[in-house]
Amino acid sequence: MPKFFTFKGGIHPGEFKFTERDAIEDFVAPDVVYIPLSQHFGKPAKPVVKKGDKVYVGSLVGEPDGGFSASIHSSVSGTVKKVDKYHHFSGNMEQTVIIENDGQMEKDPAIKSAYSDSITPEKIIEIARDYGIVGLGGATFPASIKMSPPQGKTFDTLILNGAECEPYLTSDHRLMIEFPEEIILGALLIKKAINANKLIIAIEENKMDAVSVYEKIKDKYKFDIAILKTKYPQGGEKQIIKAILDREVPEGGLPVDIHTYVQNVGTAYALWDAVYNGMPLVKRIVSITGSVKNRKNLKVAIGTPISALIEHCGGYMGEAGKLITGGPMMGIALYTDEIPVTKGTSGVLIQRKEEMSLDEPTNCIRCGRCISSCPMDLMPNLLGDFSEFYKFEESKELGVLNCIECGSCSYVCPAKRHLVQLIKVTKAELKKKGR
Amino acid sequence: MAIETKLLTITPAPHIKSKFSTTRMMSIVIIALMPAFIGSIYFFGFRALLITLISVASAVFTEFVYQKLCRKKVTVTDGSAALTGLLLAFIISPSVPLWLPVVGSVFSILIVKQLFGGVGFNFLNPALAGRAFLMASWPAFMTAEWMTPKSGTLSGIESITTATPLGALKLSGYSANVAGSLNSMESLKHLLLGNVGGSIGETSALLLLIGGIFLIITGIIDWRIPLSYIGSVFALYIVLFLTGVSQLTPIFHILAGGLMIGAFFMATDPVTSPITKKGRWIFGVCAGLLTVLIRQWGGYPEGVSYSILIMNMFVPLIEKYTLPKPFGRVRRTA
Ligand code: SF4
Ligand code: SF4
Repeated sequence: MPKFFTFKGGIHPGEFKFTERDAIEDFVAPDVVYIPLSQHFGKPAKPVVKKGDKVYVGSLVGEPDGGFSASIHSSVSGTVKKVDKYHHFSGNMEQTVIIENDGQMEKDPAIKSAYSDSITPEKIIEIARDYGIVGLGGATFPASIKMSPPQGKTFDTLILNGAECEPYLTSDHRLMIEFPEEIILGALLIKKAINANKLIIAIEENKMDAVSVYEKIKDKYKFDIAILKTKYPQGGEKQIIKAILDREVPEGGLPVDIHTYVQNVGTAYALWDAVYNGMPLVKRIVSITGSVKNRKNLKVAIGTPISALIEHCGGYMGEAGKLITGGPMMGIALYTDEIPVTKGTSGVLIQRKEEMSLDEPTNCIRCGRCISSCPMDLMPNLLGDFSEFYKFEESKELGVLNCIECGSCSYVCPAKRHLVQLIKVTKAELKKKGR
Repeated sequence: MAIETKLLTITPAPHIKSKFSTTRMMSIVIIALMPAFIGSIYFFGFRALLITLISVASAVFTEFVYQKLCRKKVTVTDGSAALTGLLLAFIISPSVPLWLPVVGSVFSILIVKQLFGGVGFNFLNPALAGRAFLMASWPAFMTAEWMTPKSGTLSGIESITTATPLGALKLSGYSANVAGSLNSMESLKHLLLGNVGGSIGETSALLLLIGGIFLIITGIIDWRIPLSYIGSVFALYIVLFLTGVSQLTPIFHILAGGLMIGAFFMATDPVTSPITKKGRWIFGVCAGLLTVLIRQWGGYPEGVSYSILIMNMFVPLIEKYTLPKPFGRVRRTA
């Protein structure tokens, strides 16, 4: 029996992985796609196209604005209608390249494989940057930056994150089952780029079907499998490292400080596609789940409005109350279904009016559940109090900046306090003050 | 093309919450007290039932009226007032006049709980503080009269009919004979079952233990507090018994005098006990120490309620020194 890895704290919400057996379906890109220039962690990209320009699948439409940004590419072939503000998951209107799809899905003529056995680390990082590869687990951190550690720091272990600990979501699960070799080949590229000597794929215990797929190829590609206990937030970067390697990312530090690199399986797949096929990141897998007639895992062109996906899935079931991009624990509630899919859209979860949890917060009864659930060993109850009384410095003392905003504390609180929200306020205030 | 824009709700993550609520928590504690409640009616009859109902009703009513008058949100449905009323009744004698639990409940809810800001803000356990208030104001009612239970023996032994088990030895002038009978199997059996004189719901160690274990299994209370509390009383009495300081055995001491209800239901009150795990150990051990001190050398035969009240006051201090180390922090910045 293999050893199951885990971390301290965390919660066990219902899993609701309805779509775990539904094979990924290709979704035909709609007549118009809306490709935001801000889809990643960092500065929005600068548009390099204008109204009337002809673009192909994979054509660059936005280039990185400075070092901390990412490239954006067209997901269809057609004509740029305009570059203008459009609905965005952030809740604001953001600069978006709006493209009329000609339906041909013609690839950019420049696209070709860059792979050779002797590909250099520098080349891999360059491709990751130029082909718009960002972390697809939700954080959308530009991969090229992550793969270039600060001077003097090194990696020894690459953990391929297939935990997918958010309830409902199954996009990584399906990808792992359907494209195992591609994912591993992509991961080997990362391993080469960061000069690590060990590759471990980490999968939660509730996806044993995926584990068995990797068991079959692990000797061929020389990697290890770590089976994780099903617990949220097992896929958190710091939690997964602690669980598997028993290394603790120092406070205020990064995984590189303990020589570890964590990347989501979807990102490895995207890098494989970029290096082996020359295809930039223009599609991703999205689980459409919750209160929708036919739940599905779809391969979607970036820029497709969510409304089109829901229509394809047979429409809403009942009266939609909440539309969430990402999982129920950390996802963002959207104000309209016209918001387009971006690189970070791992899922779309629909809650009916009656499924929404809208309890009013009451007094803290000091039960301590938030503390036991906190994977970062914080005191969310106190951090919540401090936030309510604007005592931001006190929160800093208690380590509020370590909070990974997983929401476990809010989930368990019997008084229904909005703990993580209060903590986010504190973090934003501290950031404003320059820490 | 697009489905018409819906009226969508925007709230911050997380979008799912556990079903566990304050109300559910209070209800489970009340359920855990039911074996002892039924036991009390069996041992002391209708009087126990009557006092308990009066106490609960006045606690709930006081909270309701206060919140209405202050135009606050009425929170009686969370069950915390009912629980306070229930616990208060359990730690007063079944022979008190019927107005006494009313006064006690009003004090507990109004002064101890609501004036400090309501549920979660009181620093003393309301039921214990209510009892302390009654003890200070009407000591005669609170300690002089006890009701003989079904077994017909107030102290659990035949030779003494006018005192509860913990008071019996003192009353006899510390006679070795009485100590011997109190330590006997027969007496311990009465104590375990609760067929002795005492406060309404505190006499049956067994029924309270059942409730307490239920609370631990359901995750409502942390086992650390009852274990460290009862454990330290037990350990100290082993020493005191072996050295001849105490004439009564450690077993007798953990079964007698409200230690079970105190350790499982009062000291574990989340509002008035430390929230940190390390703090809970300290809290329990110190409460045990104080209980032994009061029982052995203090003026009262029984020390549980004052020990817990005293420890309630040290909670902020204990917490301050037992904050957990945040993940990844190497040294304390303090
Ligand atoms: S305090 Fe932060 S890290 Fe801890 S449980 Fe809450 S959201 Fe998660
Ligand atoms: S979980 Fe909620 S009620 Fe319990 S201690 Fe934390 S904030 Fe208070």
